[in-house]
Amino acid sequence: MAGALVAGSLDIDRYLAEHESKSTLRFITCGSVDDGKSTLIGRLLYESQLLLDDQLAALEADSKRVGTQGEELDFALLVDGLQAEREQGITIDVAYRYFTTDRRQFIVADTPGHEQYTRNMVTGASTADLAVILVDARKGVLVQTRRHSYVVALMGISQVVLAVNKLDLVDYDESAFRAIEDEYRSFAAALGIKRVTCIPVSALRGDNLLGPSPNTPWYDGPDLMRCLEDAPVGSDAAAGPLRFPVQWVNRPSSDFRGFSGAVAGGVVRPGDRVVVLPVGTASTVERIVSADGDLPEAAPGQSVTLTLSDEIDVSRGDVICATDQPASVSDQVEAHIVWMHEQPMLPGRRYLLKLGTRTVNATLARPKYRLNVNTLEHAAATTLALNEIGVCNLSLDREVAFDPYGANRDLGGFILIDRLTNETVGAGMVNFGLRRAQNLHWQDVEVDAAAHTALKGHRPAVIWLTGLSGAGKSTIANVLERKLHADGVHTFLLDGDNVRHGLNRDLGFTDADRVENIRRVGEVCRLMAQAGLVVIAAFISPFRAERRMVRDLLDRGTFCEVFVDAPLEVAASRDPKGLYAKARQGQLQHFTGVDSPYEPPSDPELHVDTTVTTPDAAADQVIRHLRETGVLPGGSG
Amino acid sequence: MGTRTYGVNLTHLDRLEGEAIHILREAVAESENPVMLYSIGKDSSVMLHLAKKAFFPGPLPFPLLHVDTTWKFREMYAFREEVAAQPGVELLVHQNPDAAEAGINPFTHGSSVHTTVWKTEGLKQALDKHGFDLAFGGARRDEEKSRAKERVFSIRSEQHRWDPKRQRPELWRLYNARTQTGESVRVFPLSNSTELDVWLYIHRERIPVVPLYFAKERPVVERDGTLIMVDDERMPLHDGEVPRVRRVRFRTLGCYPLTGAIESTADSLLAVIEEMLLSTTSERQGRVIDFDEAGSMEKKKQEGYF
Repeated sequence: MAGALVAGSLDIDRYLAEHESKSTLRFITCGSVDDGKSTLIGRLLYESQLLLDDQLAALEADSKRVGTQGEELDFALLVDGLQAEREQGITIDVAYRYFTTDRRQFIVADTPGHEQYTRNMVTGASTADLAVILVDARKGVLVQTRRHSYVVALMGISQVVLAVNKLDLVDYDESAFRAIEDEYRSFAAALGIKRVTCIPVSALRGDNLLGPSPNTPWYDGPDLMRCLEDAPVGSDAAAGPLRFPVQWVNRPSSDFRGFSGAVAGGVVRPGDRVVVLPVGTASTVERIVSADGDLPEAAPGQSVTLTLSDEIDVSRGDVICATDQPASVSDQVEAHIVWMHEQPMLPGRRYLLKLGTRTVNATLARPKYRLNVNTLEHAAATTLALNEIGVCNLSLDREVAFDPYGANRDLGGFILIDRLTNETVGAGMVNFGLRRAQNLHWQDVEVDAAAHTALKGHRPAVIWLTGLSGAGKSTIANVLERKLHADGVHTFLLDGDNVRHGLNRDLGFTDADRVENIRRVGEVCRLMAQAGLVVIAAFISPFRAERRMVRDLLDRGTFCEVFVDAPLEVAASRDPKGLYAKARQGQLQHFTGVDSPYEPPSDPELHVDTTVTTPDAAADQVIRHLRETGVLPGGSG
Repeated sequence: MGTRTYGVNLTHLDRLEGEAIHILREAVAESENPVMLYSIGKDSSVMLHLAKKAFFPGPLPFPLLHVDTTWKFREMYAFREEVAAQPGVELLVHQNPDAAEAGINPFTHGSSVHTTVWKTEGLKQALDKHGFDLAFGGARRDEEKSRAKERVFSIRSEQHRWDPKRQRPELWRLYNARTQTGESVRVFPLSNSTELDVWLYIHRERIPVVPLYFAKERPVVERDGTLIMVDDERMPLHDGEVPRVRRVRFRTLGCYPLTGAIESTADSLLAVIEEMLLSTTSERQGRVIDFDEAGSMEKKKQEGYF
């Protein structure tokens, strides 16, 4: 394969050595469509002579066809990727661009304007070392400039380049530039952004992008490219204590057990004393294994495999930490949340939370406040909608190891995933752990669930009747309870209407309140099941996620979901409480089936069609199921 | 192994390697039945090399899958057999039986039909047949504009379609690989590498690649300004068309009738890297399928092309 090196103008060996020693800067560009952001990046690529002939030809053709610059090249077209975006004239997502200069490799996250903005910007900023924020010299620091800067600071970026663009349109006036610079510097300082560089530029004309512009003799700072080449890049993580989230246990044979992962903080060396969190087992790093042989050390950014000197239990999701500075451990945290989905965040609903390599169930409390990203004011909130940012407490179903986001991005940043659609619906940055969780212990009880069951002669169960109002839930529930009681079964009937008169009388019928309603009922069901009862619960419970939450609260085999099914028109014509009539006249808001959705069960234990099944027959069906599954004695199995 | 540094002075290539290995491990940890799509090209070679490193000293925890169109260069098939013979490598080959029966080929049916039936449909068949829920691909974001917005972990519907408007936000190093029944994930460990990075990494790690990347005298014909190599007797020659031996090499590899050669004297790895640095055309220019129509790659991806 190796042939002779072709003699050329280039010293290839020296080039390879130089390239090898180059560092990488990841940065994000922020600005609205009109600020000329795409033009700026396109121009950087063009001016760095990084465009190839065929790309230039395509640019010329595109500029003529859809360009906005008349006969001139439209540099923005280099950056606007997807066809749909080009047709709409805006970019709608995050795109990554790559270029290299003699001194550095660059990865640019380009995030667009308009309604999806916060979500996209947060995504692009999460991996960036620096942000380039554009303002229009004619307009100065706008509300959106403040919003961009706030998000940049929130995401932990400490270096900002303010590119004051379109300076050609204010005749390269120094005082216009200085006024913007002064205003921005004081604002950025208040946000805690450590390093700010302001540069007067014209993306369209190429001023101060690469090399000083003759049009701004009064400006003696760096041009944009030099600024990007000189910016310090992340050694912060390496300076911190060791953090190594375990991704994968590598166990090819009985004589090797290694823990694979990427170093997320500190530098690891053989002999380091470590503690495995959240369990807290101590050990010592034995080897740093790699395919190129054992390594003397490994730093953030490197993916390696560690072996420990003790045979201890370590699995995916655990974090190997420096013993003298371990990460925090808790099942309750306070965090900034950025909501990223059209479906708003619902307090009380369970989401999956992924932090490092661990995924747990998490419930968000009602937000402490929502942030107005334009004014930075705190506002009261019951939920967070798409692109909104707030501060919430989160409660996790098991302990996790973490750091505050400001100390370590990898150990403090998390995503939230919808349990049904699997979409990523939110992102969060941990502020701190809450001590409450550590001080609140379960009280051990001597008479346990098994003891209750033995005394009662049957197992506990929760019969969950779900369906539209008027479908027949309460009727079936009553017949069922009468029959079970007659058979000597210890029952209790929880009815939606009754519960709302007492336990849940503070709740209304918004989506958020419906979630909380079911959460409380679920907890009550759990307590009653622990007491050994067969609980009959009749609730519209319109959302799959909450019915799933109740199911997950209970021991396996305890939850029996019964879909009491009647078509909307049938239920509405029965209308036992006259509610459909009111809802359709607009006197009643948030009525399930009318102006609030009902999500039918996808896989219920029982499905009862009340247009063909009598309440009596339905109750018998449930009892048969309870016998077959061994809740009641006398089943066939 | 070339120059290598440890500790805090990680180079650009070290970072790319660390990132790719992290992605490979994360994908395997979060899927049930992963597979690596193996196209025999240089990106596949790099991806395979990284996978071996990621799971060292253990074996590869997934098989390789080559979706074969029967129209690859002969040297590619020879190289594929060498890879398949390596210890610890399990290579599956799938050829779309419908395409074989219909005799689909790039000459009679055109590049678009040929690619759709052999590659896109063939890929879907193979993934469905084996029930793979996650597939690694060697695509890079610098290849083409529509790739610049592709996520590292990208969800495909049951019909293997890609919806650019329903992409999951991807923050930090947190990847969401969760799927509903029938959906699958495409994972691109080389997302942040450029063509130059790939060559520099091949150089640093001494990774074997198909010799077609290096200049040699090969029989070619010129069609619509593109040099096509006459690799076997299946290639129909136009009236009066005579293959001429020219010194050429390939920047990308695919089906030989659809892959343009460039004239070059770069017969070694260093020469190729040097030529790249002085080059003024981008890599995908050699791929005939991209020229069909504007945004053609994006359309193909929505239909299920990798």
